[in-house]
Amino acid sequence: MINLTINNVPVQVKEGSTILQAAQKAGIKIPTLCHVENTIPKGACRVCMVQVEGARGLMASCSAPAAEGMKVISNSREVREARKFVVEMLISEHCGDCKTCVRNNDCELQQLAFEMGIESIAWEGETLKSVIDTSTHALVRDSGKCIKCRRCVDVCSEIQGVGSLFAQGRGFESKIGPAFDSNLADVVCVQCGQCSAVCPVGAITEKEHIHYVWDALDDPKKFVVVQTAPAIRAALGECFGYEPGTLVTGKMTTALRHLGFDKIFDTNFAADLTIMEEGTELLMRLKKALVDKEQVALPQYSSCSPGWIKYVEYFYPDMLDNISTCKSPQQMFGVLAKTYYADKVGIDPKDVVVVSIMPCTAKKFECARPEMTDSGFQDVDFVLTTRELGRMIQQAGIDFKNLPDSEMDAPMGISSGAADIFANTGGVMEAAVRTAYELVTGRELPTEMLHIEPLMGLEGVKKASLRIEGTLPGWEFLEGVELKVGVAHGLSNAKKIIEASRAGEEFHFIEVMTCPGGCIGGGGQPRYTTDEVRKARIAAIYKEDEGKELRKSHMNPEIEQLYKEFLEKPISHLSHKLLHTEYVSRN
Amino acid sequence: MTEKSKVCSCQGEVNEESLYPQLDDIIKSQKGKEGALIPILQATQNLFGYLPEKALKLISKETGKPFSEVAGVVGFYSYFSTTPKGKHTIRVCMGTACYVRGGQEVLKALMAALKISVCETTDDRKFTLEIGRCFGACGLAPVVMVDDETFQSVKPSKVHEILEKYA
Repeated sequence: MINLTINNVPVQVKEGSTILQAAQKAGIKIPTLCHVENTIPKGACRVCMVQVEGARGLMASCSAPAAEGMKVISNSREVREARKFVVEMLISEHCGDCKTCVRNNDCELQQLAFEMGIESIAWEGETLKSVIDTSTHALVRDSGKCIKCRRCVDVCSEIQGVGSLFAQGRGFESKIGPAFDSNLADVVCVQCGQCSAVCPVGAITEKEHIHYVWDALDDPKKFVVVQTAPAIRAALGECFGYEPGTLVTGKMTTALRHLGFDKIFDTNFAADLTIMEEGTELLMRLKKALVDKEQVALPQYSSCSPGWIKYVEYFYPDMLDNISTCKSPQQMFGVLAKTYYADKVGIDPKDVVVVSIMPCTAKKFECARPEMTDSGFQDVDFVLTTRELGRMIQQAGIDFKNLPDSEMDAPMGISSGAADIFANTGGVMEAAVRTAYELVTGRELPTEMLHIEPLMGLEGVKKASLRIEGTLPGWEFLEGVELKVGVAHGLSNAKKIIEASRAGEEFHFIEVMTCPGGCIGGGGQPRYTTDEVRKARIAAIYKEDEGKELRKSHMNPEIEQLYKEFLEKPISHLSHKLLHTEYVSRN
Repeated sequence: MTEKSKVCSCQGEVNEESLYPQLDDIIKSQKGKEGALIPILQATQNLFGYLPEKALKLISKETGKPFSEVAGVVGFYSYFSTTPKGKHTIRVCMGTACYVRGGQEVLKALMAALKISVCETTDDRKFTLEIGRCFGACGLAPVVMVDDETFQSVKPSKVHEILEKYA
């Protein structure tokens, strides 16, 4: 351990910690515009400078290692003036108008300018040229607003292992972006939006669907249904000043009603359905492998996360057969809303508009995939991120904090706790195991055994081995089988588990979520997501699950009804047509 | 990038495609080494005379570095060029001494004679025009360099004579 003082406060930190980490531990705030947790510090923005006794000049605390006996001052006049100068310089070339910026009131540069007492523009001069890239379905990039902090570069290459973005050129003319000024749509980009989640300013944002949704809501001919992903309820509150990890399911439902949606439904309903379809698919693959001795692609990988799907399409196209053919819950919901539900209530599906509230930007890409039209229409019309929903609620003048709670609508708003945990890493696997165990053994999984400890938490790659015993007739081939499962979140961790599997490590089923922490840490979630925030949101999701009577997907009465009335059984002819899909190689 | 034959500054007329096996060797010799990217790019530029996009994509794939990063490194160093260079590189000094003694006029005359702008290459791939920042020969200002040869006290009206030497 290392002992140092910051502003005369003694702090003890582990060897290898930075001054910034020591300050965080001591509860001393040091501003930074470039730091990204869990990446190698770059010291790019110079806003985190501190004074260290005996050192020449100021040091960037994010990259300077803490040392024994170090005396750090984080708030002297010299430090304050140096930081202010850096922020003034950044503002001097920043091309954007706070009043009309989507990040107004949610901008780290604006906030720092306020905190540092910058009340006038110190340096008038040439500003950056604003080149706006709207080429993708999910993201908009504005080079004029970019402060070149490189957080997006770090998150894209180090956390996601994709590497779409890098600093191009040098000096004032330099830009952060894809190779040779390409549009994002023309390079390898999975549209996960982690870049937009870490961007301190308005340089990378989600492509807004808000105005389309307002238009649909104001059109009397349209029947607008909304689905909310499980991760929204544990994060939306942050848009209104609640602490991370505050569950706002009831208020969110009321707010959606006030916005004018005709039916408030739940992606969770489709998550329960996914478990039925994906679980059955896995059991069928296992039967083919173990009983029929057929060549079958194993391990089966989960398919809920569209960034992950696109990642495999780019980087591992030879593995597409290993991906579950199940559409994601968002898309299962969309196609059913325009077939099963429209038919049930007697509405022409052409008048049904499906809006999704997602923690994700890649969902905007997913809903626009040309194959996602099995209802005869685009199955999901518009996708709002959690942040966009927050803005829409503000635009409507709704006093969110004072809203009463309300319940979602039947039938597609009914769901189990197993669906809630789709929001976090390990959750899909846990939900699948809850159902598969009961289907295969006929025995009830006791409440205290519902969570699978080794698959919980923020470890990048998690594994578990589950021995199947006491199988029902028909499932004897699984008797005594050690079911080996894996979980990865963050695409660089996905790569690790793929490589391990390819090197011979045995897995039967692997869950991958594109974003660190799973959907609760999605690219469309309120800013700024740290591991501490991820943990708080995950705890809230488990609380939501644990608070429900209904905690297993196959017990959801509306899912039973759906199969009885419409789909017949998992992987029936109709479910194959509506709920399953195929993928394309993008190599 | 078209695949027609190109003039390479080091080897005369060659088919660019035929150089790729050599690129494979370059990459192989550096692969896995720390900081291999820049030496690979230098050797690749020496091989092709410039850095073709196809070669950069191959380098990205083989080194496991994102294409954006490879492009970022190429764009950072003025030494690297992604456009084919002419057989001869003309560099006009724009350092202070050359500038005040008419370097700008010399440059304009060269641009007019070659019908290209700075950093461009003539259609016949004979000349690439660049500007330099002081060659350390201020007493000879204005100075023009063609490849390794230096021309001193160049007058705008005399640039034709220089070009003719390389015709």
